[in-house]
Amino acid sequence: MSKTLQLPKIIEDALLQANPSTSRRNFLKSSGALILSVGVNSIPGGKVLAQTTDSGPYTDPDFLQLDTWIVIHPDNTASFFVGKTDGGQGTGTAFRQMMCDELDIAYDKTNLVMGSTDTTPDQGGSGGSDGVERDGWPMRRVAAEARRVLLGLASDYLEIPITELVVSNAIITSNNDPSKIVTYAELIGGRTFNVSLTGENVNATSGVANVKPVSDLNVIGQSIQRYDIPAKVDGSLIWAVDVKLPGMVHARNVRPPLVGATLRSIDESSVADTPGLIRVVSRGNYVAVVCEREEQAISAARQLQVDWAAPSEAPFPASDDLFDYMRSATIAANSASDITGDPDSALEAAEHLIEAEYEVPYQGHTAIGPAHALADPSDGQMTIYSNDIKSYGLRRGVAKFLGIAKEQVRVIYMDGPQVYGRTAADDAGFEAAFLAHELGRPVRVQWMRDEETAWDTKGPAYTFKLRGGLDRQGKLVALEYAARAADYNHLGYNQADTVLIAQLMGIRPSEPAKGRSVTPSIKYAIANQRMTADIVSLPLIWGTPLRTGNLRDPNGPQVTFAFESFIDELAAVASADPVQFRLDLLTSSDEDDLLRRARSIATLNAAAESFGWETRPSPNPQISEPGSPFVTGRGLGYTFRNGTVVALIAEVEVNRTTGHIWVKRLVCGHDCGLVINPAGLSHTVECGILHGLSRALWEEVQFDTKKIKSVDWVSHPSLRHSDIPETIEIVQVNGDPNPDRPDLPHYGAGEASHKPVIAAVANAIYDATGVRLRRPPFRKERVLAAIHAQT
Amino acid sequence: MTIVTLRVNGASHEVDIDPATPLLYVLRNDLELRGPRFGCGLGQCGVCTIIVDGAAVRSCTIPASQVSGEITTLEGLSTNGMLDPLQQAWIDEQVPQCGYCQNGQIMTAKALLNQNPNPTDIEIRTGMEGALCRCMTYYRIQAAIKRVVQGAVVSATPETDQGADV
Ligand code: FES
Ligand code: FES
Repeated sequence: MSKTLQLPKIIEDALLQANPSTSRRNFLKSSGALILSVGVNSIPGGKVLAQTTDSGPYTDPDFLQLDTWIVIHPDNTASFFVGKTDGGQGTGTAFRQMMCDELDIAYDKTNLVMGSTDTTPDQGGSGGSDGVERDGWPMRRVAAEARRVLLGLASDYLEIPITELVVSNAIITSNNDPSKIVTYAELIGGRTFNVSLTGENVNATSGVANVKPVSDLNVIGQSIQRYDIPAKVDGSLIWAVDVKLPGMVHARNVRPPLVGATLRSIDESSVADTPGLIRVVSRGNYVAVVCEREEQAISAARQLQVDWAAPSEAPFPASDDLFDYMRSATIAANSASDITGDPDSALEAAEHLIEAEYEVPYQGHTAIGPAHALADPSDGQMTIYSNDIKSYGLRRGVAKFLGIAKEQVRVIYMDGPQVYGRTAADDAGFEAAFLAHELGRPVRVQWMRDEETAWDTKGPAYTFKLRGGLDRQGKLVALEYAARAADYNHLGYNQADTVLIAQLMGIRPSEPAKGRSVTPSIKYAIANQRMTADIVSLPLIWGTPLRTGNLRDPNGPQVTFAFESFIDELAAVASADPVQFRLDLLTSSDEDDLLRRARSIATLNAAAESFGWETRPSPNPQISEPGSPFVTGRGLGYTFRNGTVVALIAEVEVNRTTGHIWVKRLVCGHDCGLVINPAGLSHTVECGILHGLSRALWEEVQFDTKKIKSVDWVSHPSLRHSDIPETIEIVQVNGDPNPDRPDLPHYGAGEASHKPVIAAVANAIYDATGVRLRRPPFRKERVLAAIHAQT
Repeated sequence: MTIVTLRVNGASHEVDIDPATPLLYVLRNDLELRGPRFGCGLGQCGVCTIIVDGAAVRSCTIPASQVSGEITTLEGLSTNGMLDPLQQAWIDEQVPQCGYCQNGQIMTAKALLNQNPNPTDIEIRTGMEGALCRCMTYYRIQAAIKRVVQGAVVSATPETDQGADV
């Protein structure tokens, strides 16, 4: 009935279509001293996928060998191998641009292989928006080193000193005699460099060559279209969800219906007549069904009768009671406690004392495509096809979990739905591997919608209490910030003792990770301040769907919401313009290594200018036209993340009758140093902002004391087409005090722009209405209640 | 099991399945199409959208045996090697981030333009409302649709790569 096509065949076919004459696999097979033991094939759409018939063991590619990073082919093209992944932010294109520039080869003569554990050096996969900021440097350095080595070879070959050689587009010529010419391919195509690199760790990897000064970079700075997009729109891309292997079967999980329930028994007769049933697998509280076909597994998982014993204690308070619970909970751990000056006396002496409390609920990743993975136990090895951004960690974690050598495990990284941090892609990878190990055949797992929304990791809920003191001139003289995060037992990536399957099986680390609670990242000069950040725990620590994990800047949106809202409240009491109030605070005399103070001022000014910001205090004195329920306002949120500075201005329209909020216009000043691909950067920043807008307007995990109630797109709404602003402007700023400096760094992007959105929207709502919203999401019922409470 | 006949992208296929099987799994697992994907299985997100006789249908909730019309999937949008103007506009506007939802976005837009070749901005927003994107590419999606409506798209053959065939 169903014809099963092997992935290798699909890829071989695609390769033949793409280019019948060359094959990386053949190259690698035929070239003698190979560092890479696998083939790499190109598939339509330019996505390159590592694929091998190798049966292991899978040794780690050696990052201290140039050949691990760069291969020059006989047709004078090149392949780059990097240990990163690209969730669709265009980092793959950016990496390729950086390496092309240093190697001096045209972009369209190269391709890039990412994140497959037996093919690419372990750069840790992705996370933290640090791909360009940190991992781009070893990529640039190794490409520069390859260029240096090639120039040396050319010098010998042409018998011309290196100083008289010029290189362009992978062709080296003599300065003086254009007839003296040699290509990279002629020098080394199809052969290995055999050049060792140095570096204590992969981030420090370097050759002898220096990277180019900014003024010599040509490919960097171009808005080259992303190579991965065509195959994503014509349907040709092979995603991790698409891989099919001979003998592959389908699994679905059966989760405890009540959080904290214990499995008593399974009535297997309840699925005995399910067509295609292969096995019901259970261990501890982990239960799954495995069937021949996908729809059979879905039905069987629904049909399976499991007797669960309800927990004796509620696992958590209901979401409506969460913040009261958090405020009165015993502190589980302290994360930060910093005092500058004498905040108590300064607050006492202040002319105006302002206090406010803020709350942010749990918010989830809720990927558009539920978590999935395919694991293949053929040949006594374990190959996992996954979109997990930390493929290397998944490999190590699975090896540990299954008790096998890591050389027996490899992870083939493929595209998948968005992964902004520690998602359930980790959990699904372990589940597929466990089931494949149990059954001895390839098993594909995908979570269902309710599972994804309820059980995926969450960004921690927060409560905040802030106090500020202004002097007679409206200057901020003292500030007190106290945060509490419900982040106890924050999950790391791919840990064999904390992934969901381990927790449900009863496997525990010796103690839970204490999690994090964070103070704001600011450059404001405040003479007297106290900043504390504590962590509280919910009653149930293990096997709970309220598991926290990194979600696109794990604490930034929450903390920036509270802090930048409070700064706005202070500005309003001081009757100061919100931009000017912040600029006046950016007066600290100690500048940091990243020059953030100077760059913050430049970025704030650029955003205000592009917006056409009118200097005045909030709220907006304009009143709506008679009879119209609509009022508008503008709000600012400023932040930085690592080296990147963001100033976001939102213009909102509030319907005072319904409470509906529409963010009409967004202007974002953004300084991330040297920009690799301006269009790609703008798109990623834009999407990061809109993701923040979704968290500002819609997202909240709701639960009662027994289970999560947010289980689909109705009970857990997300931003939609109708919410989208009329205009979004990304203003790229280079606010470096020496903007032309030859070593201008490239900082990260993506997470930074996600941080200030909730604050900017709240501040704009205040400007429009005079009503201060101190808890997202700003759904219309909450906005309306706040408007009514004011009048 | 029952033999069900499906007409997909111009070809006829017979599959032997439980007639209640949602069309999505038949398209993906029996016909090995990759455009429609699983997002919710509840008809809420649009990721599985296909076009049946010109109109958008969510393949995750409709039993395969109930579909008698001509099915078009994302793979079937390009004709004679030419991308559909919507697909070209998606490339011109560099719409996708991860891309997982984009089947639903493109197919929903296609059905919208089938019914209303000249939608206003408001009609684009309302027509696309049920197609969710968690990477939040909505602004670019709307720009791409407007490009097509304004006739500002020149279709090219499907671009396989801007990189080398190596
Ligand atoms: S998967 Fe069909 S609508 Fe979501
Ligand atoms: S592009 Fe990732 S969900 Fe839409």
